[in-house]
Amino acid sequence: MPALPPVLVIARLTVQEASRRRLLLALVILTLIVVGISAWGFYKISTVTGPNGKPPSHEEVIIVSSQLLIFVTFVYSGVLALSAAVVAGPLISNEVESGLILSILARPVRRSEIVIGKWLGLAILVTIYAVGSAALEMTAVDWATTYVPPHPVELIIYVGLEGLALLSLGLLLSTRLSGITGGVIALVAWLMAWIGGIVGDIGTGLQNEAVQDVGIVSRLILPTDGLWRGAINAMEPDVILAQLRGAGAFARANPFAALDPPPVAFLLWVAVWFSLILFLSIWSFRTREI
Amino acid sequence: MTVPRGEIFGFLGPNGAGKTTAVKLLLGLLAPTSGEAWVLGQPAGNLGTRRRIGYLPELFRYQSWLSAREVLAMHCELAPLPRSTWKEEIDRTLTTVGLAERGRDRVGTFSKGMQQRLGLGVALLGKPDLVFLDEPTSALDPVGRHDVRGIIRELAARGTAVFLNSHLLSEVEQVCDRVAVVDHGRVIAGGTMQELLTGSAVRVLVTGLTADGHSSLESFGPMDVEGEQITFTKLSADRVPELVSEMVKLGGRVFEVVPRHQTLEDRFLQLLDED
Repeated sequence: MPALPPVLVIARLTVQEASRRRLLLALVILTLIVVGISAWGFYKISTVTGPNGKPPSHEEVIIVSSQLLIFVTFVYSGVLALSAAVVAGPLISNEVESGLILSILARPVRRSEIVIGKWLGLAILVTIYAVGSAALEMTAVDWATTYVPPHPVELIIYVGLEGLALLSLGLLLSTRLSGITGGVIALVAWLMAWIGGIVGDIGTGLQNEAVQDVGIVSRLILPTDGLWRGAINAMEPDVILAQLRGAGAFARANPFAALDPPPVAFLLWVAVWFSLILFLSIWSFRTREI
Repeated sequence: MTVPRGEIFGFLGPNGAGKTTAVKLLLGLLAPTSGEAWVLGQPAGNLGTRRRIGYLPELFRYQSWLSAREVLAMHCELAPLPRSTWKEEIDRTLTTVGLAERGRDRVGTFSKGMQQRLGLGVALLGKPDLVFLDEPTSALDPVGRHDVRGIIRELAARGTAVFLNSHLLSEVEQVCDRVAVVDHGRVIAGGTMQELLTGSAVRVLVTGLTADGHSSLESFGPMDVEGEQITFTKLSADRVPELVSEMVKLGGRVFEVVPRHQTLEDRFLQLLDED
């Protein structure tokens, strides 16, 4: 069997490190606990009785479950973003500071192969976590309430891309900054992008273009909020969407609502953004003195 | 400056002189601001040439979550060596660096000295044509240092060029065929040990000399004063009677006069003093 290309060796090493350091085990255990607790909570929605002493109707259960699932997914995407930023932040900087990278760079390995390999390894982990945890949560909600989001595949893709965006930003920062600094900046950027998106929505509600542009610019700089809105839209049942549309422009000024899926132009920009960040990471690491 | 095949070359200099920087430049880990260097017939930093180079960095750290065998296997893969040779290569390397019993243990459980042995093993994988060793014995005990000297001699015997950065001058003196002394980023002296250590030194045990008395002795060349012991690092034996007579004139009481061959340390200090 021929030797693996360096990119795949580095990617395998990244996955191996996460596994040996028990990061994967910790995430699996925590996810199982959260899914268990949320399944119990969703189950209670259909069994709890109201003031009239009757359990809620099936339609009420679906509406409450859909909104609760949006909130739970928001927490999930937060955990994913936090994990991606914390893990990606020190990915390269720690190895440069400790000298671990020296013996690898002395081999016939390009710096670009190290950056791409590390991105690939972490991207595999983020994707596995996003797909696994989302599928598990949706199965649990389906069992407890019979509610399944209208577009489950899109939901997983948007949440996964949000994690990958944070991982890419963390990796870029890791080529120049220390792990803690890079991780913190990535997290703050994620929060700022979310707030920027809300400000943009308020601009839409008020029909004020300048305020609306804040949201557009923030989504161009870091597309996490735009992707999050895509995930929300994938979870909204038609009945809720119809109500929101009926409520007019003000209904858009809600951080947990999205009337439309992200436009194609935005999705194309996301592809360009990923390429740009990866290119910048390679350039930054290539020009760094080791 | 040229280092031929099969030679053990010592690269000496004080802290911050540029030894590690020079090695990193030759490996392509740093880009030169000017000048050029050739390694194994190719411009420094050539990717293909790195297949034939082994490197033990001064700051040696390996993946603590891997076993020693896994670290070596990873380097076999990156080198890249044919997969069919890995097992034999890893077994041989672990035996050479004295880690045969610890191959399956995690690197995180290793002492600093054992990690340095592993680093040496990584540098030896695949029988490279050129090996850069940056302070290869800094974390080793006397037995380890002795072992490393043996390994370096074996490398040279089979035709590998060894580029050795070290502060341990006695060690360099024992193993190196040629040395270069670097200071402030430039080579200030170089050659074989015989060419470099031409002078002789004289060590004198003397009491009663004042600071002025020490100054008066400067005409006998550079000296290294350590309490009552003064070493004249560049003084020929025929001037010893004149030196003793001068010391007595200055009020000194001479207890011991030991002429000796100049050591690398004497010459090193002398060169830095002159620079």
